[in-house]
Amino acid sequence: MQLLICGGTGCRASESNVLKDNLEKELKKRNLQDDVQVVETGCFGFCEKGPIVKVLPDNTFYTEVTPEDAERIVGEHLVKGRQVTDLLYTDPEKKEKIADSKHMDFYKKQIRIALRNCGFIDPENIDDYIARDGYQALGKVITEMTPEEAINEIKESGLRGRGGGGFPAGLKWELTRKSQADQKYVVCNADEGDPGAFMDRSILEGDAHSVLEAMAICGYCTDASKGLIYIRAEYPLAINRLKKSIEQAREYGLLGDNIFGTGFNFDVELRYGAGAFVCGEETALIHSMEGERGEPTVKPPYPSVSGYKGKPTTVNNVETYANVPVIINKGAKWFASIGTDNSKGTKVFALAGKVNNVGLIEVPMGTTLREVIFDIGGGVKDGKKFKSVQTGGPSGGCLTEKHLDTPIDYDNLIASGSMMGSGGMIVMDEDDCMVSVAKYYLDFTVEESCGKCSPCRIGNKRLYEILDKITKGEGTHEDLDKLRNLSNVIMDASLCGLGQTSPNPVMSTMDNFWDEYIAHVEKQECPAGQCKDLLRYEVVPENCVGCTACARNCPVNCISGERKQVHEIDQSVCIKCGACYEKCKFNAIRIV
Amino acid sequence: METIKLTIDNKTVEVEKGTTVYQAAKKLGIDIPVLCYMDLGDLNIEHKPGGCRVCVVEVKGRKNLAPSCNTEATDGMEVRTNSMRVLNARKTVLELILSDHPADCLVCAKSGECELQDLSQRLGVREIPYQGEQSHYREDTSPSIIREIDKCIMCRRCEKMCNEVQTVGVLSAIHRGFESVVAPAFEMNLDHSVCTYCGQCVNVCPTGALTEVDNTPRLINDLANPRKTVIVQTAPAVRAALGEEFGMEAGTLVTGKMVASLRELGFDYVFDTDFAADLTIMEEGAELLDRLTKHLNGDQEVRMPILTSCCPAWVKFFEHHFPDMTDIPSTARSPQQMFGAVAKTYFAKKMNIKREDLVVVSVMPCVAKKYESTRDEFAVDGNPDVDYSVTTRELGKLIKQANMDFKSLPDEDFDKPLGESTGAGVIFGTTGGVIEAATRTAYELYTGKDLERISFEQLRGMEGLRKASVDFDGQEINIGIAHGLGNARKLLEEIREGKSMYHAIEIMACPGGCIGGGGQPYIHGNVDILKARQKAIYQEDDNKKIRKSHENPYIKELYEEFLGKPMGEKAHHLLHTHYFKRGRKVYID
Repeated sequence: MQLLICGGTGCRASESNVLKDNLEKELKKRNLQDDVQVVETGCFGFCEKGPIVKVLPDNTFYTEVTPEDAERIVGEHLVKGRQVTDLLYTDPEKKEKIADSKHMDFYKKQIRIALRNCGFIDPENIDDYIARDGYQALGKVITEMTPEEAINEIKESGLRGRGGGGFPAGLKWELTRKSQADQKYVVCNADEGDPGAFMDRSILEGDAHSVLEAMAICGYCTDASKGLIYIRAEYPLAINRLKKSIEQAREYGLLGDNIFGTGFNFDVELRYGAGAFVCGEETALIHSMEGERGEPTVKPPYPSVSGYKGKPTTVNNVETYANVPVIINKGAKWFASIGTDNSKGTKVFALAGKVNNVGLIEVPMGTTLREVIFDIGGGVKDGKKFKSVQTGGPSGGCLTEKHLDTPIDYDNLIASGSMMGSGGMIVMDEDDCMVSVAKYYLDFTVEESCGKCSPCRIGNKRLYEILDKITKGEGTHEDLDKLRNLSNVIMDASLCGLGQTSPNPVMSTMDNFWDEYIAHVEKQECPAGQCKDLLRYEVVPENCVGCTACARNCPVNCISGERKQVHEIDQSVCIKCGACYEKCKFNAIRIV
Repeated sequence: METIKLTIDNKTVEVEKGTTVYQAAKKLGIDIPVLCYMDLGDLNIEHKPGGCRVCVVEVKGRKNLAPSCNTEATDGMEVRTNSMRVLNARKTVLELILSDHPADCLVCAKSGECELQDLSQRLGVREIPYQGEQSHYREDTSPSIIREIDKCIMCRRCEKMCNEVQTVGVLSAIHRGFESVVAPAFEMNLDHSVCTYCGQCVNVCPTGALTEVDNTPRLINDLANPRKTVIVQTAPAVRAALGEEFGMEAGTLVTGKMVASLRELGFDYVFDTDFAADLTIMEEGAELLDRLTKHLNGDQEVRMPILTSCCPAWVKFFEHHFPDMTDIPSTARSPQQMFGAVAKTYFAKKMNIKREDLVVVSVMPCVAKKYESTRDEFAVDGNPDVDYSVTTRELGKLIKQANMDFKSLPDEDFDKPLGESTGAGVIFGTTGGVIEAATRTAYELYTGKDLERISFEQLRGMEGLRKASVDFDGQEINIGIAHGLGNARKLLEEIREGKSMYHAIEIMACPGGCIGGGGQPYIHGNVDILKARQKAIYQEDDNKKIRKSHENPYIKELYEEFLGKPMGEKAHHLLHTHYFKRGRKVYID
């Protein structure tokens, strides 16, 4: 028997490591330590319900498990054979308990290729990986295939870059292969910078070997003997597991010199990033690895021709690599049978925001936004109305109701005014002000612009300032024109992908939520009631009973009134925190 | 040569493969505006970071606009440089840059020479629609250079010069996004950095972000002070460039008009740094011969090669970057400082002027000279040998302020005795000149023979690194020449590794030598101007009756009356110096 416990960063933050210790203690107490194996795995994806414990072989899926629950899981489930029902997942609609994750809506529509081993294996044990066909693809490629054949396999699979650009991976490899040089490099981009996205981290925490194997395959295909993983220093767990995995792979002769006795040499080293968003752009990433300022340079030359230290370099994202061994093992045809015409395979999304089932999901390309948000995601939180979903990270667009039935793929998202990006997906409800949302994202890009090119450095700042003005009720129609022109010019004239996409949130919210902009500008109103400068809290005299609850809870003491008398809010002092509104039991505070 | 054909604004042009869209357009007479781009042609310095985005053009089939400076032309490419889309983007980008730039053109040191101002004029900007927060940074004043980096537009040209060309490594982009700016590490002051004050950053800065310290107010005060005797020395490269400040053709020699204007400004004596250059040759040449003779006689102790030491930026460079090699350069002071030392002793005594009443001013093509004059070792009881220096540009402004019509001034001669010089002194102003001057004298002193040909063509040119051999009557002397500190670094590393093949090396910090100094009239990327100045320098040499330093009669008189012998005790005390092992320590305020 096995107990699988999620050891991802999220579940660890909820003490899954303490839970693991407790489970081991409980097993020892009952002398079961030799019969039941406790395995710390990577992320299961269902982060909303973490920490998660899965019991094998019966597949019981326990959710929101606390360290104190260890005793019951061992005592009840393992000893007495009775499921601990209150730890089982409850279907929100049918209100039924579901024990096997296969039957949960969250998992039903998912196909897990990149995440195939996350939540199944002990990421710190190479034997677990090998047991699930690990390093088989590498063996196959370097003993049975020519580099050209292997590249062809990747090309025919239709695998496109999962980091955002969507460039065909096989083509990239081919370009590097064709570049002549004494030294070439394979780089893994693990500089996951989108706020809220954590697919790369999860893969590295849960299945680092899949990335190492794919990098070695890429090395073989492109004649590169050195691999570099550029990973943010804020990912200590992923770094730790990568280091262990590299050590293990070296021990097993799967990295290093003369792999499989074929004379092929390949080794991997880590490079740490300081967490700059722009370093996800491949040329900026390369400069950062070289010890230079992390800023992009004009392409061409592409890294495939002149990359790290001026040598031909293949740069792929973590998720892209994670797909490679499966493609080799199962064949390009199998992979290409999943997905849409021009986007093959699956895509991992970090589902977040006002959605019931926050977590990491992997779905076939072509799944609709509606299926993701309502079926897998379980719909909008607290029964609120769906308003918008933002895909593609901070420079993606905000899509609406009308886009919900669009099949998700690279081209459809761009046609809708957004993009795939690295797979962030943030759901917004009726309470979200779309002008503020755009402002929020611009705040991020202003912070993360490297400053090299003027449209991005200054233009985004000005976009932010105009949006800020509008959320304060000071915007004009002329400002709206400026927003449009600036957005167009920034996208058209910026040097790298950051500036070329950063106005997306502005453009898409202007396209899809024009009325909200107009309300802010013409009536100085925020329809969602979010823009503090545009709202007032007022006492409704007929409802006020003078209970003093509002006055006692006001942090700035701006509410006055005798007991049992109608109270009054001093608007000049009010900071619009909403505490009075929340505390009033008599509907005597209203937002105007 | 492989060529390709493309159309730009519906005109077809054939260009060599590898040509950029910007260059191809130029061939068609289409002048795409640029801002961060810089091409210093024959100096092999090209800067095209693609950062300002002013030069963007529309390329058919491409999603977004392309920076023409950094986009290679390809066969069949269709380019539009003036479509509505391009014009709007270009203007908007410029308006954005202006929205984060102080609009104090009326009082800006760079007004009239500012490339941002020119561009704003050219694109017809009449208002700045995108007003917002402006970035503010600490102003930084050093002995030579002022950094007013609120005016920095992140073209990164200075960074290119400082890091790649000069390999000094002080200026680079710091912070990010809207806050990003070019500055020394940790935003410390220049005078706490390893800055050499070469001023190449000032030369290429398109705006007023980097300028020289302005000494003209101080000079005007001193000239107006009846108790002071104010004398001036002018460096050789000044006379080959000053005319440009008045619209004269590059390469016009204005020695006589310059002397006239200085006299008109009120200087009591107008002298020449070229005189001190001749003096430098006497000292440096003697040192060269001394070390060379010892070396050729098998002395293992003597350090070879000997390096010139006239250039203050170069001196500061090796003090910081090669502190282990401070015994290699000649100990001879620079001409500016030799002049100062002689003026405040020999001349002051001769004229019976008290040291504190004598003001020695220099006009230099250089901003590092301002710093050099402040070095403690060049002062007596706190009174500097050279009180301060002004640049060619500052002198130009001063002459304009004094209402002189420079072009119609009569030609006048320098005063005696410190104004008489030879052709050897003149050529100090260009790369190769100091070593040629030294060779003329060293040859005659070493061989005891007269030179048949005074000019050494093999030492001349614009290549950044040059080598030549001179036959000293059967003894081959190997000479290396570097201009630009990056080139100097290469020669120094050879010496450090024991691989140097040279007996003597001339180094000048600025590309082109002093004619391309940090205080010269701005060339705005036109390297032909430097060549014209170089030509003028050699022309002045040809015009001189005496072309060898040791034949300058006033130099002879100076040694006879005052100094004694070259490298003698008095000369050692007044005309030689010592260096400091500064290293690369960083100070943070």
